[in-house]
Amino acid sequence: MKKFTALVYARTMEFVRDKGTFFWNLLFPVVLVVGFSFAFSGNDETMFKVGIVGNNTQLEDSFLDLKAIELIEYDENPALVLEKLRRHQIDMIIDFKKQSYYLNSESSSTEVLRSLGRSDLQNFNEQEISGEAIRYVDWLVPGIIGMNMLFSCMFGVGFVIVRYRKNGVLKRMKATPVSPFTFITAQMVSRFVIVLLTSILVFAGTNLFLHFVVNGSYLLLILLTIMAILSMISLGLIFAARLKSEELASGLMNLITFPMMIFSGVFFSLEGTPGIMQNASKIFPLTHFIEGARAVMIDGAGFTDVLPQFLVLGGMTVLFLLISSVFFRWE
Amino acid sequence: MNTIMQIENLKKNYGSVQAVDGLSFSIEEGICFGLLGPNGAGKTTTIEMMEGILAPSEGQVSFRGKKIDNHFKKKVGIQFQNTALPEFITVKETLELFRSLYPDPRSLDEVIEICSLSDIIDRDNRKLSGGQRQRMLLGLAIIPHPEIIFLDEPTTGLDPQARRNFWELIKRIKAEKTTVLLTTHYMEEAEILCDQIAIMDHGKLLEIDTPETLLENHFDGALVKIPHGGRTDLKLDGGVLSGDFLEITTNNLDRTMRDLLSSQLNLEGLSIKKPNMEDLFLKLTGSSLRS
Repeated sequence: MKKFTALVYARTMEFVRDKGTFFWNLLFPVVLVVGFSFAFSGNDETMFKVGIVGNNTQLEDSFLDLKAIELIEYDENPALVLEKLRRHQIDMIIDFKKQSYYLNSESSSTEVLRSLGRSDLQNFNEQEISGEAIRYVDWLVPGIIGMNMLFSCMFGVGFVIVRYRKNGVLKRMKATPVSPFTFITAQMVSRFVIVLLTSILVFAGTNLFLHFVVNGSYLLLILLTIMAILSMISLGLIFAARLKSEELASGLMNLITFPMMIFSGVFFSLEGTPGIMQNASKIFPLTHFIEGARAVMIDGAGFTDVLPQFLVLGGMTVLFLLISSVFFRWE
Repeated sequence: MNTIMQIENLKKNYGSVQAVDGLSFSIEEGICFGLLGPNGAGKTTTIEMMEGILAPSEGQVSFRGKKIDNHFKKKVGIQFQNTALPEFITVKETLELFRSLYPDPRSLDEVIEICSLSDIIDRDNRKLSGGQRQRMLLGLAIIPHPEIIFLDEPTTGLDPQARRNFWELIKRIKAEKTTVLLTTHYMEEAEILCDQIAIMDHGKLLEIDTPETLLENHFDGALVKIPHGGRTDLKLDGGVLSGDFLEITTNNLDRTMRDLLSSQLNLEGLSIKKPNMEDLFLKLTGSSLRS
């Protein structure tokens, strides 16, 4: 145990004192989150989006003809359209089949639309729903933090152990009574603590001024983060198992992390992409973390809702650890 | 004298390259054993097999009569030829880290004292000079109270001053009755520090003995070297042509000098020296700077 804590301490100091890496790990995600929130904040606020369900036969020459109003026709499931209203993606729904219109009580456009439509919508029932606005940044933040976790885990464990192997630190360790298991576990634990703390710190820090929507439980989010970090560190260990060249290791890791960054739904939703791509994205642990975290944050999902994500991440961790332990060599 | 380590018919091949080719010798307890050879002779491969770092292709390494095992790691001190140290931590933290890895480590103060580390104790590992770094690595090697300590070219690349300082440290360790196995390609170093010397090349053992006996067996008296000035036909007792020079190994310097005088050879450029390990090394391996 003394060996173990000493190794964890040495590795953690190595990270904390490496100012460049340390601040990169903290600042990079913050800059991304804040940058994106600015880039996508000034959108068409003056425009009202009204969803139309069914055929608009009754409202000709009405307020719907105003230039400030954009009409979007939906053929899909009314529940999904309501969800869009709840998340402020549209401002109003007029359902001609049910002869009803829907407004979101928490939307700033509700008052305006209600008075604009008062005379035209006399024959319709008003239904009010409520839901906080979901901004792009609310949707994005699990993706950015997940991506940062991925890089930190892969390079902080995978790449560093390859470097240790190349420069002889591993060899020096092999000459001591330390077992590979103790040494590797110490590396993992150090990195685990670092990544978990930086992720929480980045979230809390950006949350101070961006006030993210969190409908689910924070505890569940943290548990999900823990599972994700474990699976990503284990993935990094596969690369650390035997490679001796830092260049090759970093090339291979980029080969994995870049597709993950793009196809795990960090920046854009995978809905609407070809099925094969959606299925392929399932092999990445990042995909499952982002899915789960978004479900908890935005949809307020509970433990049973994200149980599949927990199971997949847990399974991946075990699988990756098995692979890397079979392949591991000191040299 | 007890044998502390023994290797028998040790072989290591990397593909078709035979790095070590059937090496056998044993090391007495408490001595400083020098393993010498030109670059690429197989010294590092040999020492790493003895440390248990490399698995031999054939043959056996034993410590106190038993095949080496994991337990052996607690009883040896090792200084590799190239070792990176964990970055961003200080000398003291590194020593503490390694102290925590052994069951019965030497006290920090003792390590600092033996290896004269007090002036660099709070320095970052990355900011050490070559000599300081070797002192620190030696410090790591002595932490477990080793019964045998392996030093693989510890003074390579050091300036003469730092090298002499390092020799003093090794002498202190020897004085504690710790067995030392040292590889080097500095013959002077081997002559000063080692009680027994093994010279190897191409993975094979060439000679093994005390430095004095080796010199005695291979050289008689003195070596006289003189430019032959084209007189390649000259026949003198013990004389060998070597390039532009005539080299005469003699144990009767007086007679050799008289012979030279009567041969009418121009004595400009004549040198006489007692052969040392350097000459023996050259004689045995045919090169000092093969890479």
